Amino acid sequence: MYADHSFREILLGITGKDFTLMAASKAAMRGATILKASDDKTRQLNKHTLMLYSGEAGDTVQFAEYIQANAQLYSMRNDSDLSPSALAHFVRGELAISLRSRKPYNVNLLLGGVDPITHKPSLYWLDYLASLASLPYAAHGYAQYYCLSILDKHHHPDITLGQGIKLLTMCIDELKRRLPVDFKGMTVKAVTKDGIVDIEFDDDKVVKSA
Amino acid sequence: MASGYDRALSVFSPDGHVFQVEYAGEAVKRGTCAVGVKGADVVVLGCEKRSAMKLQDTRITPSKIGLIDGHVCLAFAGLNADARILVDKARLEAQSHRLNLEDPVTIEYITKYVAGVQQRYTQSGGVRPFGISTLIVGFDNGGKIPRLYQTEPSGIYSAWKANAIGRSSKTVREFLERNYKEDMDREATVRLAIKSLLEVVQTGAKNIEIAIMAPGKPIEMLPVEDIENYVKNIEQEKQEEAAKKKTGRTPGQGSAAILTRSQDEPGDH
Repeated sequence: MYADHSFREILLGITGKDFTLMAASKAAMRGATILKASDDKTRQLNKHTLMLYSGEAGDTVQFAEYIQANAQLYSMRNDSDLSPSALAHFVRGELAISLRSRKPYNVNLLLGGVDPITHKPSLYWLDYLASLASLPYAAHGYAQYYCLSILDKHHHPDITLGQGIKLLTMCIDELKRRLPVDFKGMTVKAVTKDGIVDIEFDDDKVVKSA
Repeated sequence: MASGYDRALSVFSPDGHVFQVEYAGEAVKRGTCAVGVKGADVVVLGCEKRSAMKLQDTRITPSKIGLIDGHVCLAFAGLNADARILVDKARLEAQSHRLNLEDPVTIEYITKYVAGVQQRYTQSGGVRPFGISTLIVGFDNGGKIPRLYQTEPSGIYSAWKANAIGRSSKTVREFLERNYKEDMDREATVRLAIKSLLEVVQTGAKNIEIAIMAPGKPIEMLPVEDIENYVKNIEQEKQEEAAKKKTGRTPGQGSAAILTRSQDEPGDH
């Protein structure tokens, strides 16, 4: 039940020349039911880092907000933000501790950011087993099976934000075409050197299957 | 002195004093001065900065004005090291409040919390009170009303329109009582804060720190050049006033006394 539910949630991340594009499905599901079609599966950790989450209901928000509070506490105490890399390793540590507790968090994450000084974009893939991987593009759930091949073929580290959005649209179109799940569209956000911006994304586009 | 009632913290003297708490009050009086002034839609914190030694790196020496959360600012007088612990506890509580209540702390709440911590350290064994008073300022989430609170080592907290703590705070408070006006704009509020500090800070702009809070905006630390301009302006005005008092003399003539009270050299606080 858990795996099934979690795999139907879509998390996508794409890095480009000077941005990290992040997208999460809008459907909040419980078993066979869609409870909500405007769920926001993202939390901003600091000015330059965004985290997407999927997994067991309850665990996800609890864990994400715990991480968010700690990231903000660090910023207040030290008058500077943790880098995306530092945050990713901190989150991995927390997941590793949780995994060895009586009731581990069932949370999978994508963590995207842009270094505030070097302006280098980065993307980290984490799962509930506390795996951590730094990647140019990444996905969680069933989306991996459809999107990674598209990204393998079309992704390039020097793409612009416009090209990134086009690439993301290709991925979402493929999911609409082949994934037998109505995920109710995507929340799309881009992390740039100026912070995190909402990206307008057309959820009403209809993609016909062959 | 050697009554024995100042040995342990949690022991009253027969006439009802807890001496260690009163000694903490003395530590506050030796600390550099801090003022807080409320305007119509801003609240300003001002601090006397201890003059840096020649080889000290002032850019990375910690300030006496600190942020508790994005919308709460704290200034203190007394023992710097004690303040660090207290500020850290307050920051932790501010984030914990956000996490648990999904709302940022109100200024009153965090003041009550800080005062609560200070009180706890006057009533338990093996500890010593915090040798600091604090001024806590800011705006509640979405609110437009400026807030200014004071806490003391005993755990007392109180709300103010304008107040001063630390060395010569009485002089500054009396100055504020004479010169405070309701609904001051930003300019007038900053000016009053600086002018009140100049009552006790001899060295002028380079030893003054000013922080400005406005609703929904991040804290603004006033640049040194701006403070210098205010100070110049104030000094000039004082000189003109002094010249006017001495009848028969035209302004600018004679070495009119600048009306600053000289103070002892800064202590080790």
